[in-house]
Amino acid sequence: MENGDAAVASARVREHASMPAGEHTGMHLTRDDRAGLFRFMVMMRTAEERAITLYRQGKVPGSFYDGRGQEAISVGSAYTLGPRDRMCILHRDLGAHFVRGVTPDRYLANYMGRAHAVTGGKDGNMHFGDRRLGTVGMVSMLPDMALVANGMALAFKMRGEDRVAMTYFGEGSTANGQWHEAMNFAAVYELPVVFVLENNQFAYSTPNELEVAGDLVARARSYGFASAGVDGNDVEAVFEAARAAVDRARAGGGPTLIACETMRMHGHGAHDDMSYVPPELFEKWEKRDPIERYAKRLTDDFGFEPDEVAAIRTEVAEYIAECAEKALASPMPDPAAATEGVYAEAWEALGDGQAPWSFWQQDGAPQGADGDPAVAGEPRRAA
Amino acid sequence: MSEVTETEPAAETAAPELTYLEAISDALRYEMRRDESVFCLGEDIGAFGGAFKVTDGFVEEFGASRVLDTPLAENAIIGAAVGAAVEGLRPVCEMQFADFISCGFDQLVNVAAKLHYRQGVAVPMVVRLPSGGGFSGGPFHSQNPEAWFLQTPGLKVVAPSTAADAKGLLVSAIRDPNPVCYLEHKGLYRHVKGEVPAGEYTVPIGEARIAREGSEMSVIAYGSSVILAMRAAEELGEDIEVLDLRTLAPLDREAILTTARKTGKILVAHEATRSAGVGAEVAALITEEAFEDLDGPVRRLTTPDVPIPFSPPLEQAVLPQLEDMKEACSELLRY
Repeated sequence: MENGDAAVASARVREHASMPAGEHTGMHLTRDDRAGLFRFMVMMRTAEERAITLYRQGKVPGSFYDGRGQEAISVGSAYTLGPRDRMCILHRDLGAHFVRGVTPDRYLANYMGRAHAVTGGKDGNMHFGDRRLGTVGMVSMLPDMALVANGMALAFKMRGEDRVAMTYFGEGSTANGQWHEAMNFAAVYELPVVFVLENNQFAYSTPNELEVAGDLVARARSYGFASAGVDGNDVEAVFEAARAAVDRARAGGGPTLIACETMRMHGHGAHDDMSYVPPELFEKWEKRDPIERYAKRLTDDFGFEPDEVAAIRTEVAEYIAECAEKALASPMPDPAAATEGVYAEAWEALGDGQAPWSFWQQDGAPQGADGDPAVAGEPRRAA
Repeated sequence: MSEVTETEPAAETAAPELTYLEAISDALRYEMRRDESVFCLGEDIGAFGGAFKVTDGFVEEFGASRVLDTPLAENAIIGAAVGAAVEGLRPVCEMQFADFISCGFDQLVNVAAKLHYRQGVAVPMVVRLPSGGGFSGGPFHSQNPEAWFLQTPGLKVVAPSTAADAKGLLVSAIRDPNPVCYLEHKGLYRHVKGEVPAGEYTVPIGEARIAREGSEMSVIAYGSSVILAMRAAEELGEDIEVLDLRTLAPLDREAILTTARKTGKILVAHEATRSAGVGAEVAALITEEAFEDLDGPVRRLTTPDVPIPFSPPLEQAVLPQLEDMKEACSELLRY
């Protein structure tokens, strides 16, 4: 897939005309929203850089996985969601956790296997979801969480709630049979689910041409639902595509696949030297760095002073340093906890996520309230 | 098993007599009437009523929205159940045959079973698994896959052998906040009948049941093997105790050790294949905890380690038969 800068800029969001986008009149990003998008991207990168340092210092057992270069995708998409929407967040999507309210100290603690970690040390690295913030954490098998997101969306639909489930996967996941099961199932039941695909060019070391047959945007269309190809390094393009998809889902218009083109600028894990990547590819994508591009847009197009942008970076750097101290101060878990919690004693509802988009602070914003019990899970096609 | 018709002794209450299959339907219907968060999903369970007719008439009563005919995609079924359960529904998945859980295994063992341990997220869901052989179903419609689940912490596994337990355990499974694998032996569907309490009726998960009191030896069994053990004990006229495990995970260790200490001679019987199965686990438990009370080796009566063959004489050669059970009991009694 060739994506020249000009082509990307002119078609930042490529929607299929046959699939009407949801309508949201007058819902633009405010100045604070733009600062927020930038801040969350910087937060993701800074936290991951801090985690790499901890890894190199030997404080992270196992390996380390980040989403350098992909910050715009998780931040831009998660930013659209309301408190009662739900997410399954993947390992290149730390920004989504931060948008929903996970604090960086608990992320860093999770990497270090500390008691203060989101999972309390039961699981490592990015394998977490904070149930208090409406997130069900990923497993290593991909794209398993797409099928779980379907289930959450199914529950919303059955109960007639105007809520949405969102999840992520890479292009590697699209090669797996469960991906087809997930797409087909979501389409058959017209579920309120948003699939965010991150084509970061490599599934571990395997390039697109050995991983993906055909066109991924067109694939979604063949399942009969909406799809959009997006410049994944443009946070507002991702936001706009996600907003349309979320609106569509909330309005009963079924699933959407948002295919984001991006590049994984680090190895699959910290142990991976990426010797298989041609250097010119890094050079090409480095010029499209989502954070630097957005910093430029903030000053060039949105009236931010360079000092304001710099201040956000400084504030985040200080915050992450504080969070790292807090994570490092957290004790290792009590070994007795290793055999606890295999079975649940009772079901407990997930909590709601943070919803920083200004839209959710407005009067009249959808509250995800219970609606009329719908034709729950009724297949859209007659049997 | 298809030759065996077992009628349970009449209870004192005026409970209706139901087949094992009807008891499963009764439990499902009762729970769906009681709690609107309970719903069924699976292949051909709607208008068709399921391959074995467990959900016959359900669409008419509950609507297609609570009796979901799904695409042929077991991971999608289990995965959807996980998500729905997390969000507060109580899904009951039907695998058309227990064998097909292999196609949904990833979602079951990696997602459903581990969510609570990893993140404190409870996953209240049931996977119904029509299991077992005896009707020339061949290698892909006859398996007893319970040992697969026993290697997966976080799953509960139940396997009723009576109509009453079929109901009581299914009701308990639906109400349990964990993923429960519910093994329903196809050979028992229409051949086991018994009194089943109408209305509210639960059987606690994790409790075995003394199916027959005895003092000379014990058969520890579950599912179809309980029926064989009961008949063998009657026909031999011996003082044999039969312990019906009913739940395989978590095992009722106390009940197993109590009967082991009481009779000192143990035969563990199941239709599933032999190696690293429930029999091995029960035998290990007894030798670890009740070795001093044993009067003989713990023996097993199981299917040998082979796929289940199709042709009747081949299938009968590997599935435990009544004569095999009688012989195994007699041998142990003579020991």
